[in-house]
Amino acid sequence: MGQIQLKQVTKSFGDVQVIPPLDLTIQDGEFTVFVGPSGCGKSTLLRLIAGLEDISSGHIEIDGKDATDLVPAKRGLAMVFQSYALYPHMSVRKNIAFPLRMAKMDPAEIDRRVNAAAEVLNLAAYIDRRPGQLSGGQRQRVAIGRAIVREPSAFLFDEPLSNLDAALRVGMRMEISELHKKLKTTMVYVTHDQVEAMTMADKIVVLQAGVIEQVGSPLELYRRPRNTFVAGFIGSPKMNLISGEEAAKHDAATIGIRPEHIDVVESGGTWQGTVGVAEHLGSDTFFHIHNTGLTEMITVRAIGDINLTHGDTIHLNPRMNELHRFDAQGLRID
Amino acid sequence: MARSVTPRRKLINTTIAWAIGLLIFFPILWTILTSFKTEAQAIAAPPIFLGFEWTLENYRVVLERSDYARFLWNSIIIAGLSTLIGVAIAVPAAWSMAFVPSKRTKDILLWMLSTKMLPAVGVLYPIYLIFIELGLLDSRAGLVVVLMLINLPIIVWMLYTYFKEIPGEILEAARMDGATLPQELLYVLTPMAIPGIASTMLLNFILAWNEAFWTLNLTAVNAAPLTAFIASYSSPEGLFFAKLSAASTMAIAPILILGWFSQKQLVRGLTFGAVK
Amino acid sequence: MATKASRSAARIMMAPAVILLLGWMLVPLIMTLWFSFRVYLPLRGGDQGWAGFDNYIRFVTSSAFWPSVQTTLIIVLGVLVITVVFGILIALLLDQPIWGQGVVRILVIAPFFVMPTVSALVWKNMFMDPVNGLFSHLWRFFGAEPVSWLSDASLPSIIMIVSWQWLPFATLILLTAVQSLDSEQLEAAEMDGAPWHKRFWFLVLPHLSRAITIVILIQTIFLLAIFAEIFVTTGGAFGTRTLSYLIFQRVLESQNIGLGSAGGVYAIILANIVAIFLMRIVGKNLD
Repeated sequence: MGQIQLKQVTKSFGDVQVIPPLDLTIQDGEFTVFVGPSGCGKSTLLRLIAGLEDISSGHIEIDGKDATDLVPAKRGLAMVFQSYALYPHMSVRKNIAFPLRMAKMDPAEIDRRVNAAAEVLNLAAYIDRRPGQLSGGQRQRVAIGRAIVREPSAFLFDEPLSNLDAALRVGMRMEISELHKKLKTTMVYVTHDQVEAMTMADKIVVLQAGVIEQVGSPLELYRRPRNTFVAGFIGSPKMNLISGEEAAKHDAATIGIRPEHIDVVESGGTWQGTVGVAEHLGSDTFFHIHNTGLTEMITVRAIGDINLTHGDTIHLNPRMNELHRFDAQGLRID
Repeated sequence: MARSVTPRRKLINTTIAWAIGLLIFFPILWTILTSFKTEAQAIAAPPIFLGFEWTLENYRVVLERSDYARFLWNSIIIAGLSTLIGVAIAVPAAWSMAFVPSKRTKDILLWMLSTKMLPAVGVLYPIYLIFIELGLLDSRAGLVVVLMLINLPIIVWMLYTYFKEIPGEILEAARMDGATLPQELLYVLTPMAIPGIASTMLLNFILAWNEAFWTLNLTAVNAAPLTAFIASYSSPEGLFFAKLSAASTMAIAPILILGWFSQKQLVRGLTFGAVK
Repeated sequence: MATKASRSAARIMMAPAVILLLGWMLVPLIMTLWFSFRVYLPLRGGDQGWAGFDNYIRFVTSSAFWPSVQTTLIIVLGVLVITVVFGILIALLLDQPIWGQGVVRILVIAPFFVMPTVSALVWKNMFMDPVNGLFSHLWRFFGAEPVSWLSDASLPSIIMIVSWQWLPFATLILLTAVQSLDSEQLEAAEMDGAPWHKRFWFLVLPHLSRAITIVILIQTIFLLAIFAEIFVTTGGAFGTRTLSYLIFQRVLESQNIGLGSAGGVYAIILANIVAIFLMRIVGKNLD
């Protein structure tokens, strides 16, 4: 069980409204990711759900029951913080047991659950250490352990991987995904990293300035971005957004074409320009191209290693069926 | 900003530093030395530094003349209890200021500090009257309350600066984990702030131990702490240097020993957590 | 992290401290104000009715008033200057690599543990006594006439005693601040060809400003209230009567509560002027 519903929720700090009226339903068992640039209100939204901040108006329902005025502890949610927020003076065992102790659970049952969690998270070897003696990834697992022992109706993650180095991040990403598959509990996950969002989510909520720009599955967002903001935010490298004359040819204010949807050809081609920077990754090559006569610099992702460098002329063929069109308000035209 | 220097430079620095350190410490050293001399040796001209016959006679006389144990016990009780009660009241207040700050937090903090600037003499008589009315004059309870109140602003301020260093997320985690507010303070905040709380208590214990306005003016016999014990050695008895030294040594020794043993916490405490 | 629940909890948790301090401030203050308008002589008939502003006028016009304000300010400023200047110098010295740094630090802190009554007595008798004091021996050794420190040079003597007590505090705070100074900054300045006095003036001193503020704030709070040092050494004679001590004498020695209370109100006003001034600086420097 773990359905979360936000109804006309707003949040203001003083005179500043950081979240205008917002409706959102997170289904039971769903892995939902809030993604957006920093300052977009995604963390605030998570804290509103957690009950760490009051909402200014509207209602929050958890499993159909009004939770608007419930204190955090009574909402049946568990949270993993960006800084892990482990209790530095307690051992790993005591950290994980803390929520159970607060719930006045039977000590034998606490032991059983803590050991089970430690087993699942590969923490058994460190169970009597303090958080200060653990690596970043281990701390992260302790924080997750502390969350899962309570068997909450939903997990809230606040940018949990942003303090880890790149290699560890990929590993932890998979661990969390696997955990979700195993527990089938609702998870709400906040990140500014669209790669995390794309790889983990069942449902992505793209936020900007407290407003939901689009809700959908990762591929929906990739294939049919509702506006130029989502188009530019989802996908890496970023979608090329071109306005001006070229867009007018397609009856749009802006057209978008993803770097991987532009083919490099020997000669001819719809567009041509000079290579500014060529990033050779081996499997792919990214070209940043100037002097195409278009309003923007173009990024192209070509498969394999293509032998073009700075200053070379390049010929491009965008795939017309992958073209996205947007109107003057930036909304998608179908 | 320490960096490596030549050995010669280090030697010069060491010499100057030790000279200054010994100069500053000298009055205490001299007092301790004198307390083991006879009265004649104590005023001998030229002064004798080490070459005298060590005697415990002065300590015997001082202990005979006044009930040192009672003064000492009063000092311990008054300084100890006022510090403990002060911290018990200040921890929740400092929690509020550090973790639920509002626009007025800083004003309240500065106001609290400003109450420390109220001149004690300005309110001596009213306090005196209130003490007579409540039967608190010359009582340890009365002094505990007064010393607790005069040090409360400093305790709140110090705890506030220490608490501010603790990430709020950890307390939020406790809240998510189902801890009630008292549990949050008891199981999470306090254990994490132990070093800061220890420094605060230590410094305030010393401030209370050395407080010499209220302890002199609100006590007579029963509740008089060591400040009063030593004040009784003002002239003419003060002219007996050796006995004065013995009494002085006995008055400062407990706190000096405490201070040296807990130097690390104290240095932290002395900086009021305000300088990093 | 603020919800309605936590904000109301915060108010409740702050209440005991605020209420106690408010009571501690207001009750005696109101009583002092009341007495200051009464003719109140406990040993000569007690409360004899309204005095209007007589006490206030008498207190200010008494020949002792202005000198006492002056004495107070001289002592406070004198001690502040000495402790801050020497505090900075010693802090810079102790920050250098030296042998036995920990021991030197203990030696320097020690005076802070000495209760004011003890330090006043020890200095008065064993050092400043014109006949048997160590200073008189020293003076005679160099063939000079011993000085009656506490009568002929009373203010400097008291300033010196109090400075000795507060120097450890200033040194420690400043040392902590010096140690947090970024050495790369200094090295960069050295590379840029800044001579040592410019490095001190433009890098070290600004870095210490916050610590100096703290030293000044805390010390002023305690220095305005010094009592035992004067009580024990001169008893307020020889021009060492501070405003606090003057009031103390009016209240306890002359048993004139009305007059003393009026003086108390002046002292409170003076303290508030200093407080507002200090709080301005500190408030800016505190975040």
